[in-house]
Amino acid sequence: MDWTAYLPMLWKGAVVTMTITLAAIAVGAALAFFFGILRVEGGAILSTIALCYTEVFRGTSLFVQLFWFYYALPLVGISFDPITTGILVLAAHVGGYGAEIVRGALSSVSPQQLEAARALNFSRYQTLFRISLPQAVVEMMPAFGNLAIETLKLSSLVSLISIADLTFSAQSIRNLTLDSTSIYSVTLVCYFTMSLVLMMAMKVVERFVRRGDVMPRPGQS
Amino acid sequence: MMYGYEWDTTTWLTYTISILPIILIGLTVTLKAAVAGFAIALSLGLAFALLRRSRVTAISWTTAFVVEFLRDTPLLVQLFFLYYVLPEFGIVLPAFLTGALALGLQYAAYTSEVYRGGIEAVQRGQWEAATALNLTRMQTYRDIIIPQAVPRIVPAMGNYLVAMIKETPVLSVVTVLEMMGLATMIGERTFEYLVPLTLVGLIFLLLTLICSAGLHRLQKALPKAGIPMR
Repeated sequence: MDWTAYLPMLWKGAVVTMTITLAAIAVGAALAFFFGILRVEGGAILSTIALCYTEVFRGTSLFVQLFWFYYALPLVGISFDPITTGILVLAAHVGGYGAEIVRGALSSVSPQQLEAARALNFSRYQTLFRISLPQAVVEMMPAFGNLAIETLKLSSLVSLISIADLTFSAQSIRNLTLDSTSIYSVTLVCYFTMSLVLMMAMKVVERFVRRGDVMPRPGQS
Repeated sequence: MMYGYEWDTTTWLTYTISILPIILIGLTVTLKAAVAGFAIALSLGLAFALLRRSRVTAISWTTAFVVEFLRDTPLLVQLFFLYYVLPEFGIVLPAFLTGALALGLQYAAYTSEVYRGGIEAVQRGQWEAATALNLTRMQTYRDIIIPQAVPRIVPAMGNYLVAMIKETPVLSVVTVLEMMGLATMIGERTFEYLVPLTLVGLIFLLLTLICSAGLHRLQKALPKAGIPMR
C-alpha cells in the first residue's frame, strides 16, 4: 500500500493533536501565571499551596498523572471524558513548569523598578501589572517557546488514554497494515513540521510581547 | 512474574504493603533504564556536539538537522519507531535495550546542546595555547577543552537525568515491566488502580526530590573543589 493512503487518517489525528496541544498551552499558561504570581506575591499559605502544586506536577511523571486521573480518579467518583482529562492533565503538568518560569522571571525584575514604583505611590496590584509583569513577560518568552514544543511532544502520551490523536492514528494504521517503516516515518515528519510551525508562532508572539521594548538583551542584535 | 502473588485489597494499607515488593522490583528496572539511557545520552550527545563543530559543512549541518529532529519529535513515537522498524532491518533488540536507546537518543539531542554551551564557554586563549603547543585538534579536545567544559555542565546534565527518570514509564508501552507497567498490571488484575498508581506517583516524587536535593549540594560543592565555574 502506498504511504499517501494513510494521510487522510493521520491528518484527522493531527487535528486532534493540534487541538489538544493548543488547549493545553492556553490552560497551562493561565495556570502558570496564576501559580507563578502566587509563589512571588502570595502570603505564606498561598505561596506554599503554589509550591505544592509545582512540586507535585513537576515531580511526578506525566505518564503517571494521566493514568491516575484516567483510571484512579473515577474510582472515587470523579470522572471526565478522555479529551477533557487529557487536556487538563497536560495543562496542569506544563503549568507546573510554566509557574517556575513565571516565578523566576518575576523575581529577576530589578529591585530599583519596584522601589521606583513605590516612590510613585503605586499600589501592589499596579506594581505587579504595570511594572513587574510587562518586564518579566519578555524574559519568559524564550522559555515559554521551549515549553510549547514540549507540550506538543508530551501530547503524544494522551494516545495511551484512548484519545485518537496523531500517535493513536499511527498505531491503529500500523496494527492494520504492519507497514511500520513508512507510517512511523511520516508520523515523525508530521510532528517535526508541527513543531516548526509552533516555533514560528511562538516567535510571532515573542515579537508582539517585545513591541516597544527598548532594553538591549543578550541574543538580540 | 505475577503468578503466585496474592494481593490483600481489604484496606488501602494492606494493599499497599502487599504490592510494595513488586513495585520495588519495578523501581530497579526504572533506575536501570534511566542509567542506561543516560549513559547513551552522555556519550552520543558528546559525539553530536563535536560533529556539529566539524569544519566540514556537510557534517555539521547534517548533525544540526538530526539533533533538531530528535529534539522536536515525541519520545513515544521515536520509541515506537525503534521498536517496530529496527526489526524490519534485521536488528532485533530486547525491549529494555530499545527503550534505553530511545531515551538515550532523545536526551542525546538535549545533552549535545549542553556540551556545545560548555565547550563554547572555554576561553579562546586555551585554543590559542593548544595551537601554539602544536596539539592536534583531537588532543586539544581530549586534553584541554573537554576537561574544562565538564564541570560547568554538571548541573544541567543532572537536571536531564532527573527529567529522564520521569520519562521512563513510557517504556512500559513496549512491554518493559518497570514500575508503571507493573502498577497498571496490578490494577488490571484487581480493578483497583488508585493505590498502585498513587504509590508509583509518590515514589517518583520522592525520587525527584532526593535527586534535586543531591544536585543542589553538588552544585554548591563544585566551586569548593577548586573547579572554576565561570
